[in-house]
Amino acid sequence: MSALLDSLTAGFEGDATQRAALDALLRDGLPHARVEAWKYTPLRALERRKFIAVDAMPETSNELLTGIPAPRLVFVNGQFDAASSDDTSLPAGVTIDIIDAYTDDAIELAADAPFARLNTLLARTGVAIRVEAGTEASAPIQIVCIGTPLAADAAWHLRHRIELDAGAKCTVVEHLLAFGEHAHLSTTRSEIVLADGAQLTHARTQDEATRATSFLRTDATLATRAHYTRIDLELGGGLSRHELNVQLQGNGACVNADGVLLADGRRHLDTRLGIEHIGRDTVCALRWRGLASQRGKSVFHGGITIHAGADGSEADLSNRNLLLSADAEIDTQPVLEIHADEVKAAHGATVGQLDPTALFYLRSRGLTEADARRLLTAAFCREIVSAVDDANLRSQLDASLERALARVVEG
Amino acid sequence: MLKIDNLHASIGGREILKGLSLNVEPGQVHAIMGPNGAGKSTLGNILAGREGYDVTGGSVMFEGRDLLALEPEERAAAGVFLAFQYPVEIPGVNNTYFLRAALNAQRKARGEIELDSMQFLKRVREKLAVLDLKDELLHRGLNEGFSGGEKKRNEIFQLALLEPKLAILDETDSGLDIDAMKSVAAGVNALRDAGRSFLVITHYQRLLDYIKPDFVHVLADGRIVESGGPELALELEAHGYAWIKDRLGPEAA
Repeated sequence: MSALLDSLTAGFEGDATQRAALDALLRDGLPHARVEAWKYTPLRALERRKFIAVDAMPETSNELLTGIPAPRLVFVNGQFDAASSDDTSLPAGVTIDIIDAYTDDAIELAADAPFARLNTLLARTGVAIRVEAGTEASAPIQIVCIGTPLAADAAWHLRHRIELDAGAKCTVVEHLLAFGEHAHLSTTRSEIVLADGAQLTHARTQDEATRATSFLRTDATLATRAHYTRIDLELGGGLSRHELNVQLQGNGACVNADGVLLADGRRHLDTRLGIEHIGRDTVCALRWRGLASQRGKSVFHGGITIHAGADGSEADLSNRNLLLSADAEIDTQPVLEIHADEVKAAHGATVGQLDPTALFYLRSRGLTEADARRLLTAAFCREIVSAVDDANLRSQLDASLERALARVVEG
Repeated sequence: MLKIDNLHASIGGREILKGLSLNVEPGQVHAIMGPNGAGKSTLGNILAGREGYDVTGGSVMFEGRDLLALEPEERAAAGVFLAFQYPVEIPGVNNTYFLRAALNAQRKARGEIELDSMQFLKRVREKLAVLDLKDELLHRGLNEGFSGGEKKRNEIFQLALLEPKLAILDETDSGLDIDAMKSVAAGVNALRDAGRSFLVITHYQRLLDYIKPDFVHVLADGRIVESGGPELALELEAHGYAWIKDRLGPEAA
């Protein structure tokens, strides 16, 4: 038995079915390092830790919320903070609910997804966004999750659902922030359902406390010609793992998912993509940048499966990494499986250092070596953000990235 | 201003410069011509401080300082500028931001006051007017997606903005059509003055139709084998580099 699972599931209340699911989970325990999906993210140290549940709403500062406009939904240590939230300015056709109970669980979870399974059993709240057919929501919906220090390390579980009906269009921006240092654990599941021709732009900035642990599992399903554009900035946290699964079910469905992993300090960042081309002429474009310095570790798995029948599909994955220290580590693994015909697929992964010719070019113009290195490192990451269309969103993401880059120490 | 004395340099154990000497006084334009592999680009790179070259003998003094002892950024602040043969594309570094950072880094190193964004933009506008450069290029990533001609013009724009004392143009004419070359040359000519010197490295004589040098030197096999006025460039154009080898005799070829 693991201290972690015992502490997380203490006082569990659920019906017989849920109890059985919990028992199965406890029996399976946490995956061993031999399990492929967890090879580069060992859980041994975490397994020995204990977390308490959160029961009261702690104080936070509104300072963190400046620059995050309404409509805005704020969670503090996993609890909805109605006082800091503001959903009064929602356009017609957009509904936001704060969920207080779950009944269904449509997505079947594998044994090697322990935190998603836990989340399914333990999450009691989250945001449900629904955009009705044909509605174009202009203002981005901001979801803010803040962790604050408590007397003991705490755990919480959130579950979100974003549903866009046919032809609907919407932007969702998620912020994971820390108000003071803490070492809490959170699990989050996001379900995203895009109907025919729906367009979702989804940005997420993970800038948690340096000892925080977070597990996120995203499952998106895209119908015919639905378009999912996503950018993830993994900038903070102690251990942050994101399993991003996208099912391109309808013909012509398209996902653009880009991201940056900034593993400085002792940070361990792990992003695992599972893109499934099921419909014909489906498209994925995935651009990821990883950076590891000091004792940081950046883990990337880019899994793309083009199923039989997904003819005419296009997949393009690139993962470029910068290794800035001998003690840092980068693990990258693009995995492409093709079972269809007339498919265009490209994938590439590189791990390197800063380009000496570019460094010389900058220095020959007068920049010090340290400044030239900083500029090139920032440029390497900023390239991903500069591809964001919306100027406001771009500058919001740029500011977060800039703050995080200022913390990066080489070597 | 620049005094190169008996410079020997090698790369990966292979000697490229074999006793090169050259004097450049303020305001002079010197052209360095020579066949491929003669060491022309090596000379430019060594003067600007690129890594990977071993200087095995000789010296380079710039305004009385030992240039080879300085870091690339110290050379820049001292007033040395190299226009690259292949300017580097750096997506994600905004061209304008970079230029201001570079200019202010140099000013700071020289103990001068840094320019604020208003002063900087004023200077940018002045220099743009001279150079026929689309200001749209200023908002892009550094050289990102620039055509060959745009990259070379951007080098000359940097030169105009940074106002060095010694500008080294490394095959700035390579890859340019005649119009782009004329425009680059016009930019360079606009920057000539009594205090600024140029070292124009080129394989072909045609650039020298537009940038008139005071002196022409022929670099072959790692040293300067012939020096003269602009007429030397014309003779080279007429006879080819083989003519130089003939004049040197077999032992030097």
